[in-house]
Amino acid sequence: MTDLTNFSIVDLVNGIKNKDFTSEEVTKSFIKNAENSDKLNAYITKCFDEALVSAKNFDKKNISKGLLPGIPIAVKDMFCTKDVKTTAGSKILNNFLPTYESTVTNKLWLEGAFLLGKLNCDEFAMGSSNETSFFGNVTNPFGDKIVPGGSSGGSASALAANLTPATIGTDTGGSIRQPASFTGTVGLKPTYGRCSRWGIVAFASSLDQAGPLTKTVEDCALLLHAMSGYDPKDSTSVNIKVNDFSSNLTEKVKDLTIGIPKEYRVEDMPTEIDKLWKKGIDFLKDAGVVIKDISLPHTMYALPTYYIVAPAEASSNLARYDGVKYGHRSKGNNLIEMYENTRSEGFGDEVKRRILIGTYVLSSGYYDAYYLKAQKVRKLIKEDFDKAFNNVDAILTPSTPSSAFKMGEKKDDPVSMYLNDIFTVPVNLAGLPAISIPSGYDKNNLPLGLQLIGRPFDEQMILNLSLALQKRMNFKRNIKAWWK
Amino acid sequence: MSIDKETIKHISKLARISLDDKKIDNLSKDLSSIIKFIEKLNKLNTDDIKPLTSIIDASLKYRKDEILEGKIREQILKNSPEKTDEFFVVPKVVE
Repeated sequence: MTDLTNFSIVDLVNGIKNKDFTSEEVTKSFIKNAENSDKLNAYITKCFDEALVSAKNFDKKNISKGLLPGIPIAVKDMFCTKDVKTTAGSKILNNFLPTYESTVTNKLWLEGAFLLGKLNCDEFAMGSSNETSFFGNVTNPFGDKIVPGGSSGGSASALAANLTPATIGTDTGGSIRQPASFTGTVGLKPTYGRCSRWGIVAFASSLDQAGPLTKTVEDCALLLHAMSGYDPKDSTSVNIKVNDFSSNLTEKVKDLTIGIPKEYRVEDMPTEIDKLWKKGIDFLKDAGVVIKDISLPHTMYALPTYYIVAPAEASSNLARYDGVKYGHRSKGNNLIEMYENTRSEGFGDEVKRRILIGTYVLSSGYYDAYYLKAQKVRKLIKEDFDKAFNNVDAILTPSTPSSAFKMGEKKDDPVSMYLNDIFTVPVNLAGLPAISIPSGYDKNNLPLGLQLIGRPFDEQMILNLSLALQKRMNFKRNIKAWWK
Repeated sequence: MSIDKETIKHISKLARISLDDKKIDNLSKDLSSIIKFIEKLNKLNTDDIKPLTSIIDASLKYRKDEILEGKIREQILKNSPEKTDEFFVVPKVVE
């Protein structure tokens, strides 16, 4: 029998609409895979019984409305789901049952999808290897003891291992694109303001965006269409028309101009990544694209800027975890002691580091030297992109400076871990859309991705370019299910 | 600049996170390397640059101050670690 878990969501939707198979058959196939996947540790919460009920109800009603009819979807555990445990990978939210549904997940359900489960992630999305989760490391299906990237590591691992047909994650500095690159999948961070942040556990509010992780570019367009849109409940969501990204998807990209930024050619980058980048350039030329060398001169300042802005916002956002209103609570002889013990026991090491950095850079006497300085440099980084987009339609770079690394390899050196996001962080600081698409393998047979960066709200352009690349790359996700 | 133990104690007090001595030692090392990393920004002259405070050009929108959903006390209290019928409960604050 055909293995339905190999299908793209576009093919699953068509199959369900044509009655080639039922939603129940699809759901059962993914549940079967997910039940034999404990070694990957991708799921925090499994909603399989409820998903089967939803699938059966869908088949009984026999109406295929919406963009995602009868499709089961597991989501990163950063999205609040009504009456389903939402942990953000943290002990402090270990027992949290939201009484409301995030706008973005609600949009998926309104399009006919239903929840398959909640996926593991770095604690509060702070990490690049999924090693900071209270619920343990996630493994990359491409190899035992290999990290899946982070922070959406559970999402990327579950997708690549066929434990969910598609998924959504959040991206503050690369948390969708880096794990997509590490697992041979497609991951897109939309323009800041494209998707509502309402009901998503907040990390750094001026950088956070939700976005899709999928097997193909076509799936990415479909899921982005379903999850995008203005929401009055998020004051930074932007009231702009949402395109039908799928209907407008075309590989006709002739005469577009693509910029190649010289600052992204960093020292110590493996030659394979450089080769892959050249291959991407050649494929785009083949599609009729004009290639132009550009400069983004402040690129080297993006990571230091990010590690002021993001922890500052995090220290403020995470002040809400006080052991009073929800979440974990420790004992204390008085109110202050209760706060201090709750937060000491509830947060892991990386989250503590970032809260303390954030508190330090915002503290009296240091604000101008760090936070204000970072906001000024952020302006310069954004202006680099503004200027570049006067001359080019999109920018092509590698997604990451290396392929997936071994567990524990960078765990004890925070700065070396941070360097992983060197190509993804500038995009968040500038609020731009960017996509990572699987493009090849390194010598250890681990996947590598290329990143396309677009103008604000021009996700269509980078999707079209990605489609042109996807056709030419002919990337195959070669995974043996060794974990079963 | 390196972050000494006294500074760690001070900011952990501000952040309401209790730390034992071993943690303070480790954090002093980690935070110093992170601060050293972010101080690369000092190489850049930004005297005439206006700070970027929001990525979105438009200023925040006003909305009417109206009650859209009320009477949800039960929902609000639902996840509280300790509560009475109507209130969150905290350790005694006033003797």
